[in-house]
Amino acid sequence: MKENDVLIKVEGLSKKFCKDLKTSLWYGVKDLASGIRGNTSERELRPKEFWAVKDINFELRRGECLGLIGHNGAGKSTLLKILNGLINPDAGKVTIKGRVGALIELGAGFNGILSGRENIYNNGAILGFTRKEIDGKLDEIIAFSELEEFIDMPVQNYSSGMKVRLGFAIAAQMEPDVLIIDEVLAVGDMAFAMKSFNAISQILKTSAVIFVSHSMPFISRICDNVILMDKGSILLKTEDVGIGIQSYFDKQKQLESLNFGNENINLNFVKIYSDDEIVDGIIEYGKKAVFEVNVSSNTGYKNVKVAILIYNMAQINVALYESSYIDIEGTNNQDFKFDFGKSFLSRSNYFITVRFDNFEDGKSLVISNYVNYRKFQVTGEERIVFAPLYLIEEK
Amino acid sequence: MEVKIYQKENKLSLFKLLKESLMDIYNSRFLARQMAERDIKAQYRQSYFGILWAFITPLTTALVWIILNITGTIKLTDAGMPYPLFAFTGTLMWSIITESINSPMQSTNGARGILTKINFPKEALIISGIYKLLFNTSIKLLLLVFFLFYFKVVLTWYLLLIPLVIFGAVLFGTTIGLFITPIGLLYGDVNKLIKFGLQFLMYVTPVVYVIPKDGIMKTIMELNPISPIILTVRDLILGVEFNSITYLVIVLLCCLPLLFLGLIIYRISIPIIVERLSA
Repeated sequence: MKENDVLIKVEGLSKKFCKDLKTSLWYGVKDLASGIRGNTSERELRPKEFWAVKDINFELRRGECLGLIGHNGAGKSTLLKILNGLINPDAGKVTIKGRVGALIELGAGFNGILSGRENIYNNGAILGFTRKEIDGKLDEIIAFSELEEFIDMPVQNYSSGMKVRLGFAIAAQMEPDVLIIDEVLAVGDMAFAMKSFNAISQILKTSAVIFVSHSMPFISRICDNVILMDKGSILLKTEDVGIGIQSYFDKQKQLESLNFGNENINLNFVKIYSDDEIVDGIIEYGKKAVFEVNVSSNTGYKNVKVAILIYNMAQINVALYESSYIDIEGTNNQDFKFDFGKSFLSRSNYFITVRFDNFEDGKSLVISNYVNYRKFQVTGEERIVFAPLYLIEEK
Repeated sequence: MEVKIYQKENKLSLFKLLKESLMDIYNSRFLARQMAERDIKAQYRQSYFGILWAFITPLTTALVWIILNITGTIKLTDAGMPYPLFAFTGTLMWSIITESINSPMQSTNGARGILTKINFPKEALIISGIYKLLFNTSIKLLLLVFFLFYFKVVLTWYLLLIPLVIFGAVLFGTTIGLFITPIGLLYGDVNKLIKFGLQFLMYVTPVVYVIPKDGIMKTIMELNPISPIILTVRDLILGVEFNSITYLVIVLLCCLPLLFLGLIIYRISIPIIVERLSA
């Protein structure tokens, strides 16, 4: 077993699908007929067909983890199905070396009436284990799933989280050379997700992993290169995971802002900039961050704090900037400039939520809360890292 | 290390496909047994009468014809053996054949959920279907043994050949089933058509009455490849004159290459079907 052998090689891979069910079935019959005769001709699009996966090329070595990202319908799952050998490509070639393990839908094939223990044998058999192997791994599987108490209960009485735990515990026993993971960490509670994550990291050391997820924190933690897919094609292939994630978010549509709270404070605009050369919407890394908030109000408020919550593109709250007390009067176009000092937010795009809190008699009350009010960008630092803050040691 | 290549099939070698198919059947024997066990357990765990249901179907069909015969509603030619035994052997064999025709499609259809998610040897589905079938059949065979004693049939060594004929019946049914499965999984119509067609087929097969002495029906029934299977079982019970055994052997010899062809077609068709299956 060589250290860095190429385990997955994908060349010019394409797959077409049909948009219409009846037509698709009829093409199925035709494909059956031509498949039996041995069809060698070039496949072209027939009416109502489209390329679900188009001209994909990549290589993956042992020890590498490829993050496959893209918005819904980008062709990720279709690509995985081809790699897993479930469907055949229409053009191109996939070469896979070694044992392939797939964590796609955990617990597929579970029978609800049978007990957890019986289902371990069934599921294990489907995954390619022999009875002997399962006998040897049974205790480990049960321990990993943390289901000792319920292992003889019918699986139909399990919660969805328990089913996933059992499914993962069985699948984690595979010792694959190639591991395909499709969004399986998103289910179950956080503690088990982290446990699974560690199990995968362990497998990763000795195998080539393809990891599909919409969770960018997971992608950034586990992957060392990224393919961004869009409409069946590769939009970006990079070893810089940060850039890949950033490009993924750039394709994301801007959400419409909503005000949860009363309408007494009307937010006219928020300008975000740093330093002298004012470019609205851009903060330079390491320079100061200024938020200029312009409001109109019918009623006056004393002792108001403006809270600016910074969310990253994954909608995770990464910072909270809070102003000192201000007074809002009952007039139009009042301008406040808040200088929050040097910003070490990492280079990326962010959403802000602007909240107005009124402090009276030692209690705080939310007046207005503009959720996802606008976007801004942090530029400057050369590297893109997917982390809230990017702090560099100064020498 | 094993190397897998997935590409548009440009060189199709029937021999290679068959070899792979047979290899997969051998390698997945544990999986096939496990799936059969799972389905049998699940089937009986959720019912009170459990295994009794396996007796009920062939018994009721036989009973209907026995009553029709006793009451004189229809006049049947002398069968050469007690009519209840005649009707029971007929319906027993008939149910084995129809079940084995339906089995590959049913097993594959029942595995939709895993077919679209996990790559496993699909041939295991067919084998598990056969296991289930043989399990149900063995229960019915117990019934047959009971009938043999009840009607004081002279026991001969020939009776031991009956399981062999049953095996032939399963081979015959599975072969037909394999050819139907690919289209049947795409179109629901096929399943309906098969049910419909089998109903009519039963009347041109000597299931509950003997082949008439002359006329068009005689020709049709004698040509019907299912007939020798049923007739041979009855001959073995009576232990005299094996008239249909030649035709049976011819039918089964034809089945073998066809079964292999069916396995190849099944193997080619699965990815095409999975593509169009909703999980």
